[in-house]
Amino acid sequence: MDMKTSSGKKLGLKEKYRHMTRGLDWETTYQKREDVFPYVAYEGIKIHDWDKWEDPFRLTMDSYWKYQAEKERKLYAIIDAYAQNNGHLNVTDARYLNAIKLFLTGISPLEYMAHRGFTHAGRAFPGSGPRVACLMQALDELRHAQTQIHSLSNYNKYYNGFHDPAHMLQRVWYLSVPRSFFDDAVTAGPFEFMVAIGFSFEYVLTNLLFVPFVSGAAYNGDMGTMTFGFSAQSDEARHMTLGLEIIKFILEQDPDNVPIVQRWIDKWTWRGYRVLTLVGMMMDYMLPKRIMSWKEAWEVYFEQNGGALFKDLSRYGIRPPKWLDQISFDKDHISHQAWATFYQYGAIADFHTWSPTEDELDWLSSKYPDSFDKYYRPRLDYWREQAEQGNRFYNKTLPQLCQTCQIPMVFTEPGDPTKICYREVDYQGEKFHFCSDGCKEIFENEPEKFKQSWLPANQIYQGNCFPDGTDPTVEGFDPVSKVLEYYNIQAGRDNLDFDGSEDQKNFAKWRGMATSNE
Amino acid sequence: MAVAAIKEYRFESADRLENFHGNQLLFVGWEDHLMFCAPFAFLLPPDFPFQALIEDVLPGAYGYHPDFAEIDWAKVEWLRSGQPFQPQLDKSLADNGLGHKAVIRFRTPGLTGIGGTCS
Amino acid sequence: MSTVFIALQANEDTRPIIEAIVADNPHAVVNQQPAMVKIDAEDSLVVRRETIEELLGREFDLQELQINLISLSGHLDETDDEMKLYWNA
Repeated sequence: MDMKTSSGKKLGLKEKYRHMTRGLDWETTYQKREDVFPYVAYEGIKIHDWDKWEDPFRLTMDSYWKYQAEKERKLYAIIDAYAQNNGHLNVTDARYLNAIKLFLTGISPLEYMAHRGFTHAGRAFPGSGPRVACLMQALDELRHAQTQIHSLSNYNKYYNGFHDPAHMLQRVWYLSVPRSFFDDAVTAGPFEFMVAIGFSFEYVLTNLLFVPFVSGAAYNGDMGTMTFGFSAQSDEARHMTLGLEIIKFILEQDPDNVPIVQRWIDKWTWRGYRVLTLVGMMMDYMLPKRIMSWKEAWEVYFEQNGGALFKDLSRYGIRPPKWLDQISFDKDHISHQAWATFYQYGAIADFHTWSPTEDELDWLSSKYPDSFDKYYRPRLDYWREQAEQGNRFYNKTLPQLCQTCQIPMVFTEPGDPTKICYREVDYQGEKFHFCSDGCKEIFENEPEKFKQSWLPANQIYQGNCFPDGTDPTVEGFDPVSKVLEYYNIQAGRDNLDFDGSEDQKNFAKWRGMATSNE
Repeated sequence: MAVAAIKEYRFESADRLENFHGNQLLFVGWEDHLMFCAPFAFLLPPDFPFQALIEDVLPGAYGYHPDFAEIDWAKVEWLRSGQPFQPQLDKSLADNGLGHKAVIRFRTPGLTGIGGTCS
Repeated sequence: MSTVFIALQANEDTRPIIEAIVADNPHAVVNQQPAMVKIDAEDSLVVRRETIEELLGREFDLQELQINLISLSGHLDETDDEMKLYWNA
């Protein structure tokens, strides 16, 4: 319900915003202010006037509830219709579902972590404007986690690999990449969290995550995902705006804030870019009907859009993030490097991989004229030939991981896609290894934090990734099967090639039943 | 630079040597053969002979590649932490200066992957 | 020159909104994409309440845009009468 003044006239947007986001707090009397807000100073960010913060949408809690409720009604009408209509049989090809498994295990739990992070940041800030904004965003993120899990639970009734995303996030090797990204953010201070997630992730990178996923879902007949995607995105637009606002607010408050913010932008753009490798692979390899290549999406949403952003921020003394030359070179490579990784480690993943079809390979050749035929197509051709002869490649040896991003060391030297990039640092008598100059520098800035990285391969070797009570010293001990058990991946159903999988057979059978009278 | 923190921030490394029950990690990469997407991590005792690495460990990891059977080990060029390195085959990892989390690479002259594409 | 953009879901709610944006921003370029519409414009773009109301034939609260918004770029300023996107540089 809208607020009325005594004259019966409606408040203007600016007035209403002021009334509902200012003067809601109080001065402390019997406790010291720094005890009530213990996290606001230690990062070195100086804020002189919290009231300078303003949400450009001027959204207040009453309007927030009203519009969010409407979004939910729309969403659930479609989710119900989709389930009632056996919508899952309308997707282009059951291979597509593996992109959605990746979303459920790699992205949805991060929405929940974002909820926790914004709750914490909101509590930590003494200004009521940003507290209200953080509250709304925390609620949004919780809604995203819930609606995504709810929408995708429909697939869990029919297909493998959807059964335990929260458990897997804490354990499965490749999920340590998104998990550690968010753990790093929520264990930072509230200002770094806002720059990491509010700005670098939501503003600079989120379009790359949601637009391809949602358009991809639309292209591939997945109305359920398209709908929760759009519903979440309507919130993302607000988050992006807040992300930009928080940066401007911090930079305008004190010139001493500029170098601190710059280092966070460098760190979090690089970390977010590394996590998005998974999205690049999804776009180029996992959508049966392609929307655009990773490289094209990167050019539109990062280079063009980010270029305008950093030009604008230069008046505060902020420069574009570091390592952009390498990022620009690598847009021809990382999606192929990632797919090769998941293809060969397909025995220990919770989703299926496969050999791309001839027309898919041709599409990749046309989208990546400078790299695909030269470096990647011969490898995929070889693997396909071998698979056809019953010799499908499953790599069973654990890889070396980067200490910072936790991705296997698959990335190549800047400018040379034939050489793995090795970087190392000696710290307190121990060697630490990195995939890139970016990850190395991030470690060197905070070695005490990153030396604690829970690297899945190394944890397996330490004996920490078997079910309770496992004795690895018994005769004939099979570590891989025990690790899969610990992950709650069902060997032979959730993992291995799509070709011959239960998902493939069931989809073909059910689609046949849906389109004939047999 | 230290981590910004509200109180003393000190933790132990997650991969310190003592967590590996008497073994250590050795990372090995094969140059020009990116069919193996990343270097491998092996868990080995420090007194493990280098010769056994070549004879007993690497074949299981790299044997799928058609180039592997063609390797002339006498001609292989080694790198340790990116620097040229001449391993003594009859000596142990430790005696070859390979401590916990050491990284070595080997290049196999003349062998450059599937169709010469470094795959 | 920098580009701002606004992306909206393609549905019955947004059809008059997109028409209004096109009418108020002759320099804007409309890109139809699967299930969405992305409108790019050099430097700035404005969404006016009055134009939308004329096309809709009813009162319209600009905050209703929240429901069908997908993404945007640029600085934003929203009042009762208009929502503006712009870059300073």
